[in-house]
Amino acid sequence: MAANPMKIRASNKDGVTEVKVLISHEMETGQRKDASGAIVPAWFITELTAKHNDRVVLGAEFGTAVSKNPYLAFRFKGGAKGDKVTVSWKDNKGETRTDEAAIA
Amino acid sequence: MRLNLTCRLVGAALLALATGHALAQDAKVADELAKYREALADGNPADLLEVRGEGLWQEKRGPKNASLEQCDFGLGPGKLEGAYAQLPRYFKDTGRVMDVESRLVHCMMTLQGFTFEQATKNWYSKPGTESDIEALVTFIGAKSNGVKINVPATHPEEAKMAKMGEYIFYRRSGPQDFSCAICHGQDGKRIRLQELGNLTTQAGAGEAMKTWPSYRVSQGTVWTMQRRLIDCMRQARWPEPKYLSDSVIALETFLQKTASGTVMATPGIKR
Amino acid sequence: MNNQRRTVLKSGSGAALLGILASAGIITPGMALAEWNKAAFDAKSMADTLKALGAGTPTESKDVQVTGPDIAENGAVVPVGVTSTLPNVTMMAILIEKNPNALAASFTLPEGTEANVQTRVKMGQTSNVYALVKSGDKFFMATKEIKVTLGGCGG
Repeated sequence: MAANPMKIRASNKDGVTEVKVLISHEMETGQRKDASGAIVPAWFITELTAKHNDRVVLGAEFGTAVSKNPYLAFRFKGGAKGDKVTVSWKDNKGETRTDEAAIA
Repeated sequence: MRLNLTCRLVGAALLALATGHALAQDAKVADELAKYREALADGNPADLLEVRGEGLWQEKRGPKNASLEQCDFGLGPGKLEGAYAQLPRYFKDTGRVMDVESRLVHCMMTLQGFTFEQATKNWYSKPGTESDIEALVTFIGAKSNGVKINVPATHPEEAKMAKMGEYIFYRRSGPQDFSCAICHGQDGKRIRLQELGNLTTQAGAGEAMKTWPSYRVSQGTVWTMQRRLIDCMRQARWPEPKYLSDSVIALETFLQKTASGTVMATPGIKR
Repeated sequence: MNNQRRTVLKSGSGAALLGILASAGIITPGMALAEWNKAAFDAKSMADTLKALGAGTPTESKDVQVTGPDIAENGAVVPVGVTSTLPNVTMMAILIEKNPNALAASFTLPEGTEANVQTRVKMGQTSNVYALVKSGDKFFMATKEIKVTLGGCGG
């Protein structure tokens, strides 16, 4: 199953850019059992990086306790309207996805 | 794990009731729950599904390799703005009163060439299995945002369905002799911390209907109105109707008629 | 892939090579940061987690805050965050005492990024939630109890 796109919102106010990210991911804990009683293997995002243009503005590491369809909000100084914010994640199966948005 | 989570601990809140500060505590619990819901509203994961739904709407699929873009939800082929707010309605081409989901499945069959079984196989998602219908309904529903619900049910077939829906709403049946109206027919009722809407009034039905489809945080996915109502019947210990049954569409028609005039705000986000 | 990266990092021209690899699109940006801290995420108790994070015994601080509601309607999605007014915050983490593994998420904050990150976590039951913050080379902590309640099972 190919990963679905993220939803990234970035807006600048008074010199600070606020970024809100929604990610489409199951975030399976590895503790849940399916209908036949078998453990559903853990499947979750482990690492995430956010960049403003080419500069890293946030690094994140997730465990299985991050909710399904993860949400992340953070703020960094700088950023101008139209600048690019890029978010990349990688999960424990090695799948990755990168999406970008322009600062509003 | 999920089920265990679901049935844990109202203890703290209940303990508070025993301390003699019941009302003050009650208000505080309500405040904190409002805070919780507010925190979830900004960044509704349903938005992800809406994007996927838009893609599915335009994608050429099925044996006929066609998109859904010519699907007519009552306002003309491909006209989605405000369409959800006017469903269910009577469709001449099928001679039936259809809701958004039955119409969507109809289009998947006629335009794209899917069989009924293919179209409805994953009508709701399970962990690891996505549902195209959930995504498409989220996309179509959002196209009615800001539009007033308008289901006057004036066509004789629509009027008949609304009447049937009303009858089902009030009918007590099943092993618990339960009806929808027992929980949803009065103001100020709740189950544990969950406030129950009075669906017999415009305000109550409006509050409920305007927010569906809705993301259920307990399920990690969007529920369509069909799923909501079918699960209500399960909870009432009634036999569960089949997906797209007339009984479900009838209830929807009754509720949408009662809710008419309320402005749509979907996708919602709920417990 | 990871082994290869370690080799690259060990070699003298590591940084330059890494830049080349990154610009060639061979490694994704997500992999260019520190490696996922398996020991910390696998740790069960608070103490073991703090040890794996190299945080020792953090000082309780009023300048660190766990944000979030007092009560969560559903443990599957609990909005929580960490904020701090401490200077030079380079790392923050969210720990949930009663979860099977205490560490939920950790964040690396480059200069210019505010010490204010919000996310959503799963909580198996009512628990203390801890915010861990690294300011300079010291670790600080704050806590808040979040009650996980539910009305109407399965509905």
